[in-house]
Amino acid sequence: MGVAGLGDCTGSAVGLATEANDMNGEMIDSDGIDRRGFLRCMSWAGTAVVWTVAAGVPRSGLIGSAQAATEGLRFAQISDSHIGFNKAANPDAVGTLQEAIKRIGAAQDRPAFMIHTGDVTHLSTAGQFDTAQKVISEAGLTTHFVPGEHDILEDDGKSYLNRYGKGTQGAGWYSFDQSGVHFVGLVNVVDLKGGGMGNLGHEQLEWLEKDLAGRSASTPIVVFAHIPLWVVYADWGWGTQDGAQALTYLKRFGSVTVLNGHIHQVMQKVEGHVAFHTALSTAFPQPAPGTAPSPGPKTVPPGELRSLLGTARVSLVRNDTPLAIVDRPLAG
Amino acid sequence: MTELLEPGVFARRTVLRLALPAAGGLLLAARATQAQAADDVKVTIDNFVFAPATITVPKGTTVTWVNRDDIPHLVVCPSVNVRSKVLDTDQSFAFRFDKPGRVNYFCGLHPHMTGVVVVTG
Repeated sequence: MGVAGLGDCTGSAVGLATEANDMNGEMIDSDGIDRRGFLRCMSWAGTAVVWTVAAGVPRSGLIGSAQAATEGLRFAQISDSHIGFNKAANPDAVGTLQEAIKRIGAAQDRPAFMIHTGDVTHLSTAGQFDTAQKVISEAGLTTHFVPGEHDILEDDGKSYLNRYGKGTQGAGWYSFDQSGVHFVGLVNVVDLKGGGMGNLGHEQLEWLEKDLAGRSASTPIVVFAHIPLWVVYADWGWGTQDGAQALTYLKRFGSVTVLNGHIHQVMQKVEGHVAFHTALSTAFPQPAPGTAPSPGPKTVPPGELRSLLGTARVSLVRNDTPLAIVDRPLAG
Repeated sequence: MTELLEPGVFARRTVLRLALPAAGGLLLAARATQAQAADDVKVTIDNFVFAPATITVPKGTTVTWVNRDDIPHLVVCPSVNVRSKVLDTDQSFAFRFDKPGRVNYFCGLHPHMTGVVVVTG
């Protein structure tokens, strides 16, 4: 995947820095400058990316990222914990979630809260939700959830909504504000159509339009949902049918960060002021688009698994050196 | 027995009527239908693909989907209002198609996976 929407390397003042942290190390690639072959510069009103993943997984740098690491709002993204999964790709999805949570909870610069971008469970059973909740709560952080398709397999999603649906609309969408950032959790795994991809639906889109109306264009916006809102790979259904409609409501904002899961790997794209990121899973990796017969779980040698699982950290960045440098993810 | 008069079964009944007294013929026809129903059609799911993707079956046929992936799937046939339970690895779901027509279906978890059951009369 390349980085799209590259501009002329001029300015912005507020942004979000995202780091993907694998489970082997916390390496932050702060050299930024050296990897000329992979760097693209762009005009980016805000959203700055710092991907930090060891062992060959895509990574990006941000000028001033060291500063970003110590300032402002910081939150963590976890995704695709798939509690209940026990196949060859990872027989211990509970164990790897525990490791991820422990890492987040023990971080020196503890995040203010977490978001979970769905597929909390593998099969939506009460036991799986209970286990997930027990492990996730060990971080001691408020966690905001959106469902993945694996979370709504029972009773039209009631097993999910009974736990996480309080104060939400429709199938579980909502918004909240924290430290000047407006967060929007969307649900794109309900009422899916044959041959299609993720789906937001008319009711949710109407709600989103109203939710954003009247907000200052300088408000940093973070949108999170399970399936990528942008089309990563249509052949595998990795996208959202009506995601483009949602993006039209976000266009006027100076800094928009879209955080997704579902594809169990880091992908990123920048279009204008909108940065799209997908997170690693804590359970099992999936193949890069088109590199396998299907998007099913990818079994890797045991020593490699933890370099392909992880979480992301996102920081609000306020600085006067707006230049963001995003490298092209190194595929595979 | 009304449904035995539908097209498709007609030819068999005709043959039976020629050969046997009416009552016995109907009995055999019923048995033939049972045998046909028992001869289920199987659709497998491997690598996120329904195979065969299109099947043509006489009405009354039970179609069984078997998930052989290491990820769950489920079968949704909107036109006949059918949604299977979630199928984990090696689990299956069966549905008997009694009405002729074309039934498009997809995986409720991965809707890019699609298939068709064509039910003949």
